[in-house]
Amino acid sequence: MEANINSRAERSRRAAWAIVRTNRSGTSPLATALLHALLILGAIVMVGPFIWMVLSSLKTFSQVFLIPPKWIPDPWEWGNYKRSWEALPFGRAYFNSFYIAFISVACKLITCSMAAYAFAKIRFPLRGPLFILFLATMMVPGQVTIIPLYLMMKSIGWLDTHLALMVPAALLDAFGVFLLRQFIKGIPDELEEAAIVDGAGRFTIYSRIIIPLIKPALAALAIFTFLGMWNSFFGPLIFLNTPDKFTVPLLLNLFRGMYITDWTLMMAGSAIAVVPVLIVYMIGQRYIIEGVTLTGIKG
Amino acid sequence: MNKRLTDSLWGYAFILPQMIGLIVFALIPLVSAFVLSFMKWDGFGAKEFIGLDNFVGQFRNPDFTLALWNTAWYTFLVVPVGIVLAMLVAVALNKVRGKVIYRLFYYMPVVTSSIAVSIVWLWLLNSEFGIINVYLKQWFDIEGPDWLTDRKMVIPSIAMLSIWWGLGSNMVLFLAGLQGISSSYYEAAQIDGASKFRQFWHITLPLLSPTTFFCTIMSIIGSFQVFDQSFVMTGGGPAKASYTIVYHVYQLAFVEFTFGKSAAAAVILFFIILTLTLIQMYTSKRWVHYGG
Repeated sequence: MEANINSRAERSRRAAWAIVRTNRSGTSPLATALLHALLILGAIVMVGPFIWMVLSSLKTFSQVFLIPPKWIPDPWEWGNYKRSWEALPFGRAYFNSFYIAFISVACKLITCSMAAYAFAKIRFPLRGPLFILFLATMMVPGQVTIIPLYLMMKSIGWLDTHLALMVPAALLDAFGVFLLRQFIKGIPDELEEAAIVDGAGRFTIYSRIIIPLIKPALAALAIFTFLGMWNSFFGPLIFLNTPDKFTVPLLLNLFRGMYITDWTLMMAGSAIAVVPVLIVYMIGQRYIIEGVTLTGIKG
Repeated sequence: MNKRLTDSLWGYAFILPQMIGLIVFALIPLVSAFVLSFMKWDGFGAKEFIGLDNFVGQFRNPDFTLALWNTAWYTFLVVPVGIVLAMLVAVALNKVRGKVIYRLFYYMPVVTSSIAVSIVWLWLLNSEFGIINVYLKQWFDIEGPDWLTDRKMVIPSIAMLSIWWGLGSNMVLFLAGLQGISSSYYEAAQIDGASKFRQFWHITLPLLSPTTFFCTIMSIIGSFQVFDQSFVMTGGGPAKASYTIVYHVYQLAFVEFTFGKSAAAAVILFFIILTLTLIQMYTSKRWVHYGG
């Protein structure tokens, strides 16, 4: 017995000493320093390519092939950007990407929240099976439906129009419905019942009570889908033909097709496509990451 | 009774827009794809019913089997490495200060488009002038491989850049999962004298398993649909070494105009993904711990 008490006391003493000697989370200073070193190395690997892209885009053509490589351009060739901008309609592509994503997301938020509210809070026949149908479609990869969609759009004359991209996005997002339904389910029924007693109709409940309460989820879904639409490539590749109608990724691909051997130009073009997005990202990163994480956890 | 009726009507009214979307843009195309996969059609003439010929034909088609192999190999490289790295980074970030700053950097590639990423890496991986090979030679005196022009290196190269690109995505999910683990577990373990490694193995890993499960499923589904990188960087080459299933679907439909074959290939892809997902869900019972 005595030995037991002694060793327990001994262990507690050692544990207390260990805690005092290390930092709050219990890791030794050496381990923490090592972790930081590794994390910094990793961060350099993550961001390095972008830095290299921007720096390369400001070099003259001959400088790009220097060995050992020069990181800092000398001279600073801003002309690459002027040439890129004049080569292809990047401004137009930005406008296209933006308004396609914006309108689709705005409509999507409305249609998804409406459906989510119904699935979460209104009782109607076949509610269960219909919801399962929605879930089931999430399992189908886009490439299965894209060919019939292409043929469908061709037959109604929507090929090479932005409608082919916006309308499906606005009217169908099973994931969005699923996500918002999860959130709406969390709203107590009492709120609705009180509103009904006060004479509110279904639509008023939806617009005045439900929507305000799920704003974080709506914002998260908006960010997530906006980003997805902005960067999407396969859909625009299939549906769009005229360069003037291209979205940014599609235009960048065309750019690559035309100028691949001119690396400084390619880097400038990529920078034009990427840097504004990165700036928005750096400003709003908290909201963007938290929004995306929210959709991931609940989904 | 009246309430029942009005409720039902409201219910249908609210789901109407998404239902229209579901029927028009999901169900009809899905059924169409299946029907089309049994047909021979070039987009212009009449459709000819040929039963399972397209499916058999695909499995006999060396392009398809190569695409299948490439895609599977790619997935095999990307998923385990990507998930393990993401988890390790998340665990490390959780232990040190400056989490928000590190997160900013690690997540950055995720928000950029696949095309831009592919073009930048096309330059980085250039056999002669890309900085990777240049520094390998300069610092370690190693002759760097032909990353994108060697048939054996192409898929690993694309896998490498995909891991780089997607790390942040999985990392933030793991970070969220880690938040959900109560610190009292670790405190109790620490008092009992458990080493950091044991804490990770017996507390972190099991309690993180739902997140790991989700990330794995999503990662596998996504990896099987890889297309953009091969399309932009190598055009499926060299000699179709980076030719993937989706590339094949695209090629059959929009380059060779054999829509029936393309639909069949897409349907096969669907069943592969479905089967893999079901297998994972079935085996998950053995290693995924919910709760806690």
